[in-house]
Amino acid sequence: MSLLGDRSSGPADDLAQLEAGLDALESQREQKTSRLRKAWAATWPPLVFLALLVGVWQLVYNAKVVDPVRLPSPSDTVNSLKDQFNAGDLQKASWNSVRRGALGFLASLAIATPLGLLVGRVKPVRRAVGPILSGLQSLPSVAWVPAAILWFGLSDTTIYFVVLMGAVPSIANGMVSGLDQVPPLFLRVGRVLGARGLASARHVLLPAALPGYVGGLRQGWAFSWRSLMAAELIARSPDLGLGVGQLLDLSRQNLDTAGVFAGIISILVIGIAVELCVFAPLERQVLRRRGLVAATV
Amino acid sequence: MQVVEAGPAVAVRGLTKRFGAAPNVLEDVSLAVAEGEFLCILGASGCGKSTLLGLVADLDQPTAGSVEVLGGKPSLMFQEPALFPWLTARENVELALRLKGVGKQDRRERARDLLELVRLKDAGTKRVHELSGGMRQRVAMARALAQDSHVLLMDEPFAALDAITRDVLHEELVRIRESQKLTVLFVTHNVREAVRLGDRVVLLSSRPGRVVKEYDVNIGQPRRIESPEVAALSVAITDDLRSEIRRHGGQS
Repeated sequence: MSLLGDRSSGPADDLAQLEAGLDALESQREQKTSRLRKAWAATWPPLVFLALLVGVWQLVYNAKVVDPVRLPSPSDTVNSLKDQFNAGDLQKASWNSVRRGALGFLASLAIATPLGLLVGRVKPVRRAVGPILSGLQSLPSVAWVPAAILWFGLSDTTIYFVVLMGAVPSIANGMVSGLDQVPPLFLRVGRVLGARGLASARHVLLPAALPGYVGGLRQGWAFSWRSLMAAELIARSPDLGLGVGQLLDLSRQNLDTAGVFAGIISILVIGIAVELCVFAPLERQVLRRRGLVAATV
Repeated sequence: MQVVEAGPAVAVRGLTKRFGAAPNVLEDVSLAVAEGEFLCILGASGCGKSTLLGLVADLDQPTAGSVEVLGGKPSLMFQEPALFPWLTARENVELALRLKGVGKQDRRERARDLLELVRLKDAGTKRVHELSGGMRQRVAMARALAQDSHVLLMDEPFAALDAITRDVLHEELVRIRESQKLTVLFVTHNVREAVRLGDRVVLLSSRPGRVVKEYDVNIGQPRRIESPEVAALSVAITDDLRSEIRRHGGQS
């Protein structure tokens, strides 16, 4: 009771009412739209565009502007996908590639997170490693494939090495920029509240850096997937399990244009699916909790 | 038998602060805030008001002089509420309790009481972005009170609010300060705000910050910022503040 003081007096009640009124006037009213409607609003425009694209493709095919050997029809491509599926190659290759991508991404995560923390928080490390780390981000990781083949031969190690070189800089740089975006005032408040050292990192620094870090993760996945495809396209050997990239290159060797198109489409679809099912919701949740709007996919 | 005389809640003695080779920001500032007193520090830009609070809060180290705060660490409120946006209002208050080592069960109860004290008991589950500016500053106040320090330092906490909300929060602060028996050291550049709130007002000069003059505010609470008594003293203080600022124009 001592905490609340005397609340029976008239003027205090007036003040309480006044405050309640102000709060009500100034608070945002949340607009609730149903999830289904939101999902629909986000889905139909790209679907319409996709249909248009396929329509144009079909028209070009019908007009015979391009030699049909070079340009398969949409239905040829779908049939090719069906054949790959019926033979079981598509599932096997997809699973292999997704597994490699996920493992490579997780390994990148394990390396890049402490690296990003070091670069972000330790000044000498930042001066020395920072520029190289951001430089590496603009180096296409496919450039590492020849070197990796010389070092590790045509092995899984080569593939994982290339994935790591692609994803680690992205994730580490995301961590660094997340740390840079932490308002200094938050750290000061943390100190006033008595948070030092590990407690400050755990309760203030890391949660405050999370949006940048999650952005880095999302980009890191995109780089993992791209690097993986580059590696799979170049590094082919019977010893390596069949991946989507290898499947695509196999079609090229057989001059199977429909198969090549099918390959491109499966790579695209898998990349988008992982993005939509894992990273987009993750980022959206982190940002929405803070009242920030997520960037649209 | 030894008689221990109760000292002031905050004792600032001969405080000087400079950053690097720059001229002094604060120079030989001495202040004593009695227990339960509401002291307003007033000054134009460059008087080192925020620096002074940082030193009292032990966020920075003085170049010379000393600071003593009764009962250890004071709590501090900034112009920005600086609530953590990844937590709800209640979790923000609970974090302060947690960092003080309060147990989980107690935290919940204390946080609820504190939010009720600032009249936000229904806003506990709201996220920071869902609260208005005034509500955020009240959550920040609840968080500051969660530190259970009897000395509250405030660094222009209402400067970013609109006039209506500020006026209401003045009244709220006076009420809470009385019920919690707080000692308050309040920094502002707003003369009327200083007179509206303070038991005493200290005028600081700028570059370097020195104590120029002190004013006792002998006006009973509840006061209103529009009242003639507040206005009269504000005019006198503003005149002194202006002549202090004029000195700088002549120097250059």
